[in-house]
Amino acid sequence: MDIASLSIDSIREGLLSRRFSAAELAADALRFAEAANPETGAYLRFSPERALASARRVDERIARGEDPGPLAGVPVAVKDVILTKGVTTTCGSKLLAGYVPPYDATAVVRMEEAGGVILGKTNCDEFAMGSSTENSAFGPVRNPVALDRVPGGSSGGSAAAVAQGTAVVALGSDTGGSIRQPASFCGVVGVTPTYGRVSRFGLTAFASSLDHIGPFARNVKDAATLLRAIAGRDVRDSTSAGVPVPDYAALPGGGVKGLKLGLPREYLKDLKSETGALISGGVDAFQRLGCEVREISLPSTDYAIACYYIIATAEASSNLARFDGVRYTSRSASSETLADMYRNSRGEGFGAECKRRIMLGTYVLSAGYYDAYYLKAQKARALIAGDFARAFEEVDAIVAPVSPFPAFKLGEKVDDPLAMYLSDIYTITGSLAGIPCMSVPCGKTAGGLPVGMQILATHFGEPVMFRVASAFEQAGGVN
Amino acid sequence: MSLSASAPATPEAIARYEPVIGLEVHVQLATATKIFCGCPTSFGAPPNTNVCPVCLGLPGALPVLSREAVELAVKAALALNCRVRPQSRFARKNYFYPDLPKGYQISMYDEPLAENGYVDIVLEGAPKRIGVTRVHMEDDAGKLLHEGFRDSEGCSYVDLNRSGTPLIEIVSEPDMRSSDEAYAYLTEVKQRLQFIGVSTCDMEKGHLRCDANVSVRLKGAERFGTRAEVKNLNSFRFLKLALDYEISRQVALIESGGQVEQETRLYNPDTGETAGMRGKEHAHDYRYFPEPDLLPLRIDEPWLDRLRAAMPELPARKRARFIEDYGLREYDAEVLTATRAGSEYFETVATVSGDPKSAAHWVMGDLMGLLKAEGKEISESPVSARHLGELVGLTAKGELSGKLAKEVFAKMSASGEAPGAIIEREGLKQISDSGALEKAVEDAIANSPKQVEQYKGGKTTVLNFLVGQVMRATRGQANVAVVTELFKRKLG
Repeated sequence: MDIASLSIDSIREGLLSRRFSAAELAADALRFAEAANPETGAYLRFSPERALASARRVDERIARGEDPGPLAGVPVAVKDVILTKGVTTTCGSKLLAGYVPPYDATAVVRMEEAGGVILGKTNCDEFAMGSSTENSAFGPVRNPVALDRVPGGSSGGSAAAVAQGTAVVALGSDTGGSIRQPASFCGVVGVTPTYGRVSRFGLTAFASSLDHIGPFARNVKDAATLLRAIAGRDVRDSTSAGVPVPDYAALPGGGVKGLKLGLPREYLKDLKSETGALISGGVDAFQRLGCEVREISLPSTDYAIACYYIIATAEASSNLARFDGVRYTSRSASSETLADMYRNSRGEGFGAECKRRIMLGTYVLSAGYYDAYYLKAQKARALIAGDFARAFEEVDAIVAPVSPFPAFKLGEKVDDPLAMYLSDIYTITGSLAGIPCMSVPCGKTAGGLPVGMQILATHFGEPVMFRVASAFEQAGGVN
Repeated sequence: MSLSASAPATPEAIARYEPVIGLEVHVQLATATKIFCGCPTSFGAPPNTNVCPVCLGLPGALPVLSREAVELAVKAALALNCRVRPQSRFARKNYFYPDLPKGYQISMYDEPLAENGYVDIVLEGAPKRIGVTRVHMEDDAGKLLHEGFRDSEGCSYVDLNRSGTPLIEIVSEPDMRSSDEAYAYLTEVKQRLQFIGVSTCDMEKGHLRCDANVSVRLKGAERFGTRAEVKNLNSFRFLKLALDYEISRQVALIESGGQVEQETRLYNPDTGETAGMRGKEHAHDYRYFPEPDLLPLRIDEPWLDRLRAAMPELPARKRARFIEDYGLREYDAEVLTATRAGSEYFETVATVSGDPKSAAHWVMGDLMGLLKAEGKEISESPVSARHLGELVGLTAKGELSGKLAKEVFAKMSASGEAPGAIIEREGLKQISDSGALEKAVEDAIANSPKQVEQYKGGKTTVLNFLVGQVMRATRGQANVAVVTELFKRKLG
């Protein structure tokens, strides 16, 4: 069985025609992934018992003649910030090394109910903070396309697993681009759904108002199928939406002829590189498909980076307070006082990037600075959302680059946080607006590095977003 | 650090100053479950058993607001005459402490649940209105256990059963000018909240906790003095004692040339003193910001109207009505409205008996005496309100003498029976039928020739003796008025 080229459809076909059982597939997939993993380090650990148990349930359903579910037998990788009951979940942090959650994230429950099989947990930047997966306490992940390069981040492990073929689909999380940017770097599809589309219950919070769980896949249809399985209202997440979930994968025919696509002027002005050329090629492809591409303006884009790094760090400083050494997090061995215990446990436990963001966030919320930073950032956020709302009165979807550059070399930006933050320049606007956005492969540079095309739609506009992405994919992207 | 006030202020010095007091009252809502999860709020369970990922603050857990908690909080706000905001918002109050598993408390900050309320207090006959600045909702922290373990010398334990219990904080205006006013305000707030059933307000169990902001200024001064926040006021008595101590301390400090420092002070009930906890230099910066895990809380007018309509009569109103409708004295009305259960008990007795004044007399006298002797709450009274009403009704109609009524009451409290059943069985009914009493009256006349002669000679007081003879003969069941009338007729 060629594990690396399976799709949800081919697995379903294989199971229903009894060519293989879900248990056989799970065992093969685990063997393949465990053998291939050392090359990239995408997985932090495997969960064979859980995988085989899930697979057996799928086989039982098939044996009883029941529908085994839309994800029947599909090997899935799960980012290590998403909780899995009984399976260690570290969030890429030393503080949670060995932490075994007592419950499952809602997305995990739903994915397994749909027949998904969790092979293991994937590496990521510590608490999802980073754009290269180099901030993991457990070592970096290598990009399967070019092993001396980063897979992007923070969901680098999930993107790498799907690209490498050690998972068919994967769950990641995105706060400012952590699904789309690694998808782009690794040449796979990555989807950040509308805020509230997928329950955050069981996702370790980085920045609550920006956090999303979303799928990675090797094709648009698989991503759509996984999203449909995990989406929908969850009573345990007050911010989850009651909007009905359509069958994203049942894409209507007729392509995208006549659709109006917006191309934001502000995203292209500094994009002179090879990435820019590939994006232009992608835009040409849309025009060949019969789309009407027009230039639009998102004038508040300039505020996005500052706005994002204020709101996200403010929320993070509060969300990470619970990792205090008192209960489930590791406690510093030598402390005289309570204050020392906090300082030492957190000082020893958190990596540099987390500390940087906790300090930033603490600062912007401090008495006397709140109005100047946090409140102002919320206003900027409203302006950015307003830009998109106006744009979607004119266009059906927006197309844009995902990242200003393709995958960079390991270590290239670790000492320059600001340069690292600029990786997210095109992705954080969509995150701040809470709209659905995704990355689809848009060709490769001369050096063979993938570049992603970002497609953004209005709130709960996933159907049109997938329609555009699917047409682009079927047209062969840039070529 | 502040100068320590070595000597308390003299009464003369204190008299020159005016205290300014505001209270922050935390009240635990009487919900069955916690504010952001489904765990029970029951008291006394083994440590860390009423917990789940949400109230343990585990990674990935999210709060979901309890509708019941909102309902009780809104009722409390209405009982305190507050304006309930159409939209309020939860905010995170960030600080580190081992009993705070999330590292922040979910409270409300600049968009509280309700604002601009008041309660009226009466002190020595003079009414005064105390402003209620705001009412907001929040979750409680857990508890640290410093004692009772083998290794308690060097180790403290955390019990998170209380974590996530719903609280409201009621912040008053700095409208109180004495510890007595503060006492009266807290009494009024407690009574109202108990009346509407939003909290037991049991201070011993920590269901009602109070902090006070206290400052003093020279009488006639415009500006407030620097205030100290006094914590750990865990009973009404401690509130008054701590305030009086703190007022005296501040006056002494100012009189001796010092300055009051803005600080948090802890009341120590053992010494009766307050001591500084942390000064301004250690003041917390709570870094409040809107809670992103919860949507803004919107309270629509129809729902609010339904709650308003369902509000029970509040104690102040009930007191006025008891005085007006039942002709009760002010003191009696106050005693009978001290608790909702007590006032409802009284009203049943008053209605059933048709004699409110006697009802008040019985409830405040015999019934309360009985409850006190048995250490019971009125809700656990062995004599039901209906039965007591029947008993009071029988005496009012003259069907039972006062003496017999007390006997019957004693039997009722022992057996829980209705008075009618006891009277029937024991044959205790008053005899008012003149035909039935005629024989006894004639016997008494025949047996007391000397007294009869005295009566006829004009010494009418001897009638009491003759009536007494009849009462003895009938074991107290004779109707005194009927017997007296019979004697007058026969001897007249």
